[in-house]
Amino acid sequence: MQCVVTGGNVKVLGKAIHSLSRIGDELYVEPQEDGLALRSVNSSRSAYACFLFAPLFFSRYSIPTGLNFRCKMAIKSVQSVFKSLPTLEKTVEKCHIGLNEQKDRLTFTLHCKHGLLKTHNLSYQDSESLEAVFDKNSCANVFKAQPRVLVDTVVHFPSSLEEVTVTVSDERMWVRNHVEDEAERSKAMLTELCLAADEFDHFAVKAHYSITFCLKEFRGLLLFAESTGLPVSMYFDEPGSPVVLSVTDSVLEGNFVLATLSDDRDLQKSNKGGDADQSHPPDDFMNDDMDAYLIAMDTSAAPGPSTADLPPPSLATSRKPPAPNYRTRTHSDEEEDDDDPERPPDKKFRSLFFGSVLPPSSQMNTQPLPTQEVLASDSEDEAEAE
Amino acid sequence: MPLSTQSQSQDEQYVLVANLDNARNLSNILKAITCKDHAVFTATANGLKVTVEDCKCMQANAFIQADIFQEYTLKEDMVIFQINLTVLLDCLNIFGGSTAAGASTALRMCYMGHGHPLTLFLEEGGVVTVCKINTQEPEDPIDFEFSSSNVTNKVILQSESLKEAFSELDMTSEVLQITMSPSQPYFRLSTFGNSGNAHYDYSKDSDMMELFQCNKTQTNRYKMSLLKPSTKALAISCKVSVRTDSRGLLSLQYLVRNDNGQICFVEYFCCPDEEVEEE
Repeated sequence: MQCVVTGGNVKVLGKAIHSLSRIGDELYVEPQEDGLALRSVNSSRSAYACFLFAPLFFSRYSIPTGLNFRCKMAIKSVQSVFKSLPTLEKTVEKCHIGLNEQKDRLTFTLHCKHGLLKTHNLSYQDSESLEAVFDKNSCANVFKAQPRVLVDTVVHFPSSLEEVTVTVSDERMWVRNHVEDEAERSKAMLTELCLAADEFDHFAVKAHYSITFCLKEFRGLLLFAESTGLPVSMYFDEPGSPVVLSVTDSVLEGNFVLATLSDDRDLQKSNKGGDADQSHPPDDFMNDDMDAYLIAMDTSAAPGPSTADLPPPSLATSRKPPAPNYRTRTHSDEEEDDDDPERPPDKKFRSLFFGSVLPPSSQMNTQPLPTQEVLASDSEDEAEAE
Repeated sequence: MPLSTQSQSQDEQYVLVANLDNARNLSNILKAITCKDHAVFTATANGLKVTVEDCKCMQANAFIQADIFQEYTLKEDMVIFQINLTVLLDCLNIFGGSTAAGASTALRMCYMGHGHPLTLFLEEGGVVTVCKINTQEPEDPIDFEFSSSNVTNKVILQSESLKEAFSELDMTSEVLQITMSPSQPYFRLSTFGNSGNAHYDYSKDSDMMELFQCNKTQTNRYKMSLLKPSTKALAISCKVSVRTDSRGLLSLQYLVRNDNGQICFVEYFCCPDEEVEEE
């Protein structure tokens, strides 16, 4: 396997790796015919990211036909190859990635200015394929925005904030911090931003859903989008279904799939079209009447759309363990079903749907799989067929 | 200058008097060799040499020539004492060590001889501080017997590129391996860490390479912990010479320009870890 990246693309590759490090500790590398796939997943399987670099991204991309190679390595080691991004930009002329199967080493060779050659021989482990099953095209709500819009939105939230809730109506999107406990809600600072449809390049809402997902992982994608200037697309469905964030250009595609909090009551109440309007107060934003909005905030117990969709107290208290409706092929070596006690919010996320090793269908073609066998199911509920 | 109001008679008692208009010209270079608490000061007619040693296999020397000082008076052929380097640096920076333009600390360093403390008079903006630091019996610095005539391989590099390599070195590696050779890879720094190994190769034709004189292929390993402090000297230097002798002993010489543009030298010696067969 021989891949060569030149010029500005070296920095893009480095940025992608740094973004993936925000998701998980290991980098999964899979050279495919349609490009080089770099993936990462978090320990609780509630966040997955994949960057696929098409052969045209490289100045040279040659993989032996029939190469069936997949590996994983500590992402920190790969990050150290692309340690200082400003330096990369200034001094690296090309980056060569090669595989030495005999010695189990993936070699990154950076050809830099002034005749300096940096060679990193990184050890790897063989691994099974890692792919999340998701279908962007079947999502009810689709948005596309310039990265700046989203970066300017998340900057208002503290870096310690775990989760954000995104709520949409026909014309607007609200982003607010998610507060766990009902008790905390009265003491915590609540921050909410509203984005109008015209701030987006594309804003298509079919259902007024409200989803909650992890901000840290979202920021990971924004890191990449902002430095490359690529617009971010967002696809989501009802709460519990993952939200997909994408950046694409002609030579690369990045997808971040994040689990969202599922709440059965939300599912029952899930708004489809008309119903939603009733749960929102008269929309003062239509007239951009800030004063009216401020007054609404002061006087009403449930300001604006923030709590309209949420059933009263129950959200905090009726949280069940992830619905059994998940299918996981336990193919990965380090499959961990235990929740990491240091990251409590993940316990409440549903695991993503993972497919088995697929026939070389490309990442770009994200059709849902036909029925898969359920390996683990909750005895209380019936397993649903896909 | 308040310092000059020092009475002449007292001056006659000192075996060493050294004046600097800008104490940073001394403190900056001493910071580059601070890896241990104690240092040995050796003053000769040529100037001041400050030596720090670690584990009997690494030695760092800072040379401040006599002409760097505004006044340098030595009454004996050689004056040697040992002193706590950390305390000395704290005193030299007693006025805060700020690099604000115009604000510089003037220094007058005086030593009466064996058994006496080192006296520092520091002045900034009309305020004078007197520091007396106890001296100790000096331990004999090791003489590594590195002679220029016994040099096997020598390269001189511009510090800029070496700084980049050193800042990226895999610190999980216990050793730094240096390969110098008349053929490929010419000059190579290697690390062997948890995630694999890494090599930094400098071509002999590189424009960062000012001098390349390698006669024989040599590969030596040095403990990373012993060489790490040398990055401080690298940071303030503009050029570095890397030499090895037949025993694999490493000599790193750094050319440092002080605030006044004058040249000082810092030198590191390091013993090799073990003999390594060519790969």
